[in-house]
Amino acid sequence: MQLIGQTNIDFLGRRNIFIGLSLVLLLAGAASAVIHGGLKFGIDFKGGTLVYAKFLDEPDPERIRAVLQGKGLSVATLQPFQDSADSHELKIDLDLAGEVVETSGKSQVIETLREIYPIAAGKLDFNNASSDALGQRLMASQALRDAGHSSQELAGAAEALVAWRDQAPRSGLVRDSSEFDAVPGVPEGVLAAVKQETELGAFHIGGVEVVGPKIGAELQWQAIKATLFALAGMLVYIAFRFEWIYGVAAVIAVFHDVFITIGFFSLFGREIELTVVAALLTLVGYSMNDTIVIFDRVRENRNAIRRSSLTELLNLSINQTLSRTVLTSGLTLVAVVCLFVFGGEVLRSFSFALVVGVLVGTYSSIFIASPVLLWGQGLLTARAPGARAGRRA
Amino acid sequence: MKSRFGLKIAIVAAVFLLCFWRVIGFSPSLDAVKQNLSDNIALGLDLKGGTHLILQVQVQDALKSEADQTIDRLRTRLARADISYTGIRRNDPGSVEDADSIEIQLEGTPTDRVSDVRAILDEEAPSWLSASSGSSSFALTLRPSELLRLKAETLQQSMSTIENRINGLGLTEPVIQQHGRAEAEHEILVQLPGVSDPARVMNLLQMSAQLEIAKEIGGPYGSPEAARSQNNGILPANSELAHYTDRGRNEWYLLERNPIVTGRDLRGATAGRDTQNPGAWQVSFSLSRQAGQRFGIFTAANIGQNLAVVLDNRIQSVASIESRIESEGVINNIDSQTEALDLALVLRAGALPASVVYLEERTVGASLGADSIRQGVRSAMYGVAIIVLMMLVYYKSAGINANVALFFNLLILLAVLSAFGFTLTLPGIAGIILTIGMAVDANVLIFERIREELCEGKAVVAALNAGFGKAFLTIIDTNLTTIIAAAFLFLFGRGPVRGFAVTLAIGLLANLFTSVFVSRLIFDLTLWRKQQVKEMSI
Repeated sequence: MQLIGQTNIDFLGRRNIFIGLSLVLLLAGAASAVIHGGLKFGIDFKGGTLVYAKFLDEPDPERIRAVLQGKGLSVATLQPFQDSADSHELKIDLDLAGEVVETSGKSQVIETLREIYPIAAGKLDFNNASSDALGQRLMASQALRDAGHSSQELAGAAEALVAWRDQAPRSGLVRDSSEFDAVPGVPEGVLAAVKQETELGAFHIGGVEVVGPKIGAELQWQAIKATLFALAGMLVYIAFRFEWIYGVAAVIAVFHDVFITIGFFSLFGREIELTVVAALLTLVGYSMNDTIVIFDRVRENRNAIRRSSLTELLNLSINQTLSRTVLTSGLTLVAVVCLFVFGGEVLRSFSFALVVGVLVGTYSSIFIASPVLLWGQGLLTARAPGARAGRRA
Repeated sequence: MKSRFGLKIAIVAAVFLLCFWRVIGFSPSLDAVKQNLSDNIALGLDLKGGTHLILQVQVQDALKSEADQTIDRLRTRLARADISYTGIRRNDPGSVEDADSIEIQLEGTPTDRVSDVRAILDEEAPSWLSASSGSSSFALTLRPSELLRLKAETLQQSMSTIENRINGLGLTEPVIQQHGRAEAEHEILVQLPGVSDPARVMNLLQMSAQLEIAKEIGGPYGSPEAARSQNNGILPANSELAHYTDRGRNEWYLLERNPIVTGRDLRGATAGRDTQNPGAWQVSFSLSRQAGQRFGIFTAANIGQNLAVVLDNRIQSVASIESRIESEGVINNIDSQTEALDLALVLRAGALPASVVYLEERTVGASLGADSIRQGVRSAMYGVAIIVLMMLVYYKSAGINANVALFFNLLILLAVLSAFGFTLTLPGIAGIILTIGMAVDANVLIFERIREELCEGKAVVAALNAGFGKAFLTIIDTNLTTIIAAAFLFLFGRGPVRGFAVTLAIGLLANLFTSVFVSRLIFDLTLWRKQQVKEMSI
């Protein structure tokens, strides 16, 4: 099977259109960032408190927001999401309160949820209980001690119960106490005590992140520094294997990709989280890979067909590698789209960056790296008239 | 020809078996395989669930208490030498960044006794540099070497205390280390995989656990102001006020500044049911032999007087001495067993020399981590399935080569991760995705090249050779560039960036092996016995 046969498209002839398109995308991203008052960073970078909560039934975000704001907390986002039809989740994001990490923000969110979804006094909320707390509760039960259960046995049972609760399909939430009967390895008497002592609360705290401002700035800087060093390393390698202008063109294309992808985050109102950095790094690697494949072909053709302008060489090489480019990026795109669709909310920003990145990375190798190379080589030739560089390039 | 294949096959088979054994193992049962997989591949906190904390040790606390001790010594010596002064105090650095600015001010000493004051300062405050302005006031700053030593010591002590506390909790595989960056000298990274109740642990790590037993010399008072006014407006020398807020009380007591017993004098501490208050809990502690003797002498001499047990500047109990007490003490009326257990634990583990604050907390619940794994694995499986199918449809039997190479690559990647004890994190999964992309790409490059050569009319074997040969350079270039980038990311990045770099570098090295060596070998083997190959399925 073959999707693309031999082609002879004049890619570089239309370079102005594509450079224009890139500029439009870059400007749109920048404008959107300015309009929104800067990029939207996740709490990894800006600092703050994030609470992931799951609910048995659809929660009322506005009510939760109102109660939180009533307590004087600054709610940055309160975003409901669903990973599957019957799951109800909420990402509650509080702005940073002070210089030091405010762990009280976390407890206030949990308290607020408790106020809205109360449980009977004196009972333990099974859906939020730690195995320690559940174990203590069971050990305190006179009936269980009378029945001859040792503390160790009860602690083990509590651990098994909590592990069972956190597994799919419950994922932290048990709806009905009759489900307890299916827990393997827990004695019946203990189950009865659990039903007696606990209640099934309406929500479950899946995760909490609290980040102080210092750490945020530090993480940001670390990631940028590492990326710049990595880019410099690539530049040197390409300069060594090809010519330095090839390296410059490839790196410019990579910057282009990163900026456009970040621009898309702003355009789509997505937050830049720490995992997005990993995605941007992936995109850097991918885009570089794509560009080198074309440049490699240029180098090979340059040696084979000596009497050709760089424009012709580039066009020829892009056409020759076009079928590979389409196939590889198509397949990689499939992989990342799967991640975006099925990967869940925690991975959503990450996979979003990958989807945009693969598209932009492929595009830039053809429509940015190659024209930049052409332009750069032209500058070099113009500066050194009569040099052989023009032909050899 | 045959022997050359033999060696290649042996290499590939050996690598395959080794990796297979490392990751999956040779057990026939599915459950055992699953167990092996989860044993062999260490998951990061973001996937497994757990708590990641960054604590900052407030080293200025230790410097302040050093300054306070020096001030006490100076006061005593100046009084003994009969030198008057109008004031002696220290400043109050509020954060770690200001810690170095610690300073003691001594003011209003008589000008005619400058040399005596100097001599006392040299003797009693040798770690401080004094500068006099005029001849009646002195500013003392800590010597730089002393500053460094004190701060390093405080950090070390805090770390070992925290380590003791965490070990006392019996958590599995905790990580406690100085936080990696250069300017973060006073930060400690704590990772607690699978911790059941992070809030409790955070609370426990933050407790200073400064235990003191001190003599009560006045009180109770309703407020600090009342305490002052009842003592002629000024607190007696060598005394301090402490708050007592147990069970609805709100009282202040005046205690002797130098405690009879401190947390360092403890030999052990255990939690148990409160012997006096039914339903409540208590922590009983025992004193070391030396401290016990000291305490015995003191209590024998002070029968009828009151003693206060103070924990972190809050009075826990006030009781009168009825007889000589030698080695035991009790903190009672504790609400829950957990609280009592935690208090006993921190008393055993020792006090923190300075308070700690949290700069970062990340807690991933087991349910959230499990969701991420499930969704990650599911989407990866869909993605890989589509890629495998597409390769088969597009390249027919050559697609099998590519798919074998792809799976082999992933197997090597997991085996190396497992062998070197790297953990798999979410960013690591990103690295795997890029690896899959580039592994597919390597084969696509080779196959497209072979097709081109075939189109040009070359014979199958020649096309194969040319295709591999030409694509080889490109594959080396693309993979090496990215490996170099990964190396830099590993060197300069931290945390998630590093996790990404590790999987990527391993994946790409494996890719060079599988796409160039393994894939080629499969081609060669399929063509081997056929004398004249007219066409190939690609």
